[in-house]
Amino acid sequence: MIRELETLASDIRMEVVRMSQRGRASHLASSLSCVDLLVAATEALSIDPAVANDPSRDRLVLSKGHAVSALYATLAHRGFFARARLSEFNQPGSGLPEQPSPGCCPGVEVATGSLGHGLSLAAGFALAARIQGRPSAALAILSDGELNEGSVWETAMFASARELGRLTAVVDFNGWQATGRSRDVMQLDPLPDKWHAFGWDTVEVDGHDVGELLDAIEGERPAVARPRAIIAHTVKGRGVSFMEDDNNWHYRIPTVDEVDLACAELSRANEGAA
Amino acid sequence: MRNAFVRALEQRAADDSRVVLLSGDIGNRMFDAFKESHPERFYNCGVAEANMMSVAAAMALDGLRPVVYTIAPFVTTRCLEQIKVDVCYHQAPVVIVGVGGGLSYASLGSTHHALEDLAELRTLPRTTVLCPGDAPEVDVLFQRAMDHNDHHPGAVYLRLGKKNEPVVHTTPPDVGVARSTRVRESGQSAADVCLLACGTVLPAAVAAAERLAALGVAIEVWSMPSVKPLDEETLSDCFSQGQLVVTWEEHALAGGFGSAVSEWLTDRAAAEGAWPRSTLLRIGVADQFVKSIGSVDRVRADLGMDPPAVACRIHEALRTTRSYS
Repeated sequence: MIRELETLASDIRMEVVRMSQRGRASHLASSLSCVDLLVAATEALSIDPAVANDPSRDRLVLSKGHAVSALYATLAHRGFFARARLSEFNQPGSGLPEQPSPGCCPGVEVATGSLGHGLSLAAGFALAARIQGRPSAALAILSDGELNEGSVWETAMFASARELGRLTAVVDFNGWQATGRSRDVMQLDPLPDKWHAFGWDTVEVDGHDVGELLDAIEGERPAVARPRAIIAHTVKGRGVSFMEDDNNWHYRIPTVDEVDLACAELSRANEGAA
Repeated sequence: MRNAFVRALEQRAADDSRVVLLSGDIGNRMFDAFKESHPERFYNCGVAEANMMSVAAAMALDGLRPVVYTIAPFVTTRCLEQIKVDVCYHQAPVVIVGVGGGLSYASLGSTHHALEDLAELRTLPRTTVLCPGDAPEVDVLFQRAMDHNDHHPGAVYLRLGKKNEPVVHTTPPDVGVARSTRVRESGQSAADVCLLACGTVLPAAVAAAERLAALGVAIEVWSMPSVKPLDEETLSDCFSQGQLVVTWEEHALAGGFGSAVSEWLTDRAAAEGAWPRSTLLRIGVADQFVKSIGSVDRVRADLGMDPPAVACRIHEALRTTRSYS
């Protein structure tokens, strides 16, 4: 199963690279960084394209909305809507904007893009489910740069105090934000200790190892209900050698030739794995 | 007003199991009865308004009917972006209740004054802005706010005063969204002055009107709590009958109730190709941080916003308009 998920992740990465070029959309490296997180989350959570609005579904929130191309591509590959629609991404008059809007496609729970909202929304979903006696879990994927926002830490305290044991925060810890190393811009370290100190059940994983991610998301929770923080160590631009850990690709849009090069690399990775 | 709010909330929560209260660590003891009746529907969210507003938005999207309560500047300005993005953009039915509207917390200084909240809220799409003028209006408008969200999901802002304000209405007033009520008649077929009071200044407006009436001015007073949407029908009537229409609010002159009325007036003139006969006088707080210290009455007096000062301004404006007519 892990092998299939890895192949899916490579397919999604190829899609994301093409979408960036076609849609003239930046944040490509941010999207590549969180593909494995999205593949694992959509595998672990109880969400089903056949009943995408089932009130009892789990809630997936991509709080780092600038990486939405990865979310659109993941949802399309998971059957939430036709993959052909991905060619609409960021085109004039399109229903798939460069940052998600409310209800823009099945599977997108909320409009994100202004950072520091998604974890609070996920906490609200988790609490609303508990109040209404529904089993729904909520999972938010945050960028490390996003942790600059104070509202994230408001929610960190709130979720812990309210014992939101069905809430998970996954931090896409790729070490970069828009204009610099995230640990230079703001003091992030020691990041796992910070979440632990806020009362979260905290684990660190390789954010490109789908198996580790699944274990972290699905793993047994502590007896005392605590929200879980998964610090996922990732590489910005993951999967394309000339984009990896090069922050120019936060904003750069690939040329057609670069798309071909990137897709050739990603195809070879899939063939190698097969 | 805040006690009226708590009573109205308790009544609503008894009838509607979706109602959830989120409080920003205020209202000590005030919510005890609510907490006892509905322990699973009260959340003290701490001094963390941004999180509180987003949590409320998600709860609303998930079928609950959250009411978010704290001091006016903190439940609006402090978390304005959460209101814009999470509540309004998503059409999440959230009722936002701010206590201490305007200068209600006069003695606490500018940090606790709310003189820009109406401007901020009314510029956002999918908002409704209501300013009750006394406790009976709070009771009615809270229910209207909750009802309104059934069909117009988004943020409904209910801006309260504090407590123990004078009461103007002796029976439940007929106010609502875009609905005003006349609290004083002029005694003439057409009034010289229509005084439109928005929110906490309602009792003061009635007092100012009595002073002017004693001087022979035919003046009627309306409580006009709905800043957005405006009560256009009443406004049309007022601008077509007298010499002077006066808006009075405890808010910056920029962007608040009087500003909304003047925008409406300008647009109507453009549409109709003519200005009405009446002149508009706006009473509010000029472009400043209010520095005077003291009770609400003292600070209002210092700002020229107490009944004697406002009566004088209206009287003066009336003389000016008469000299040109």
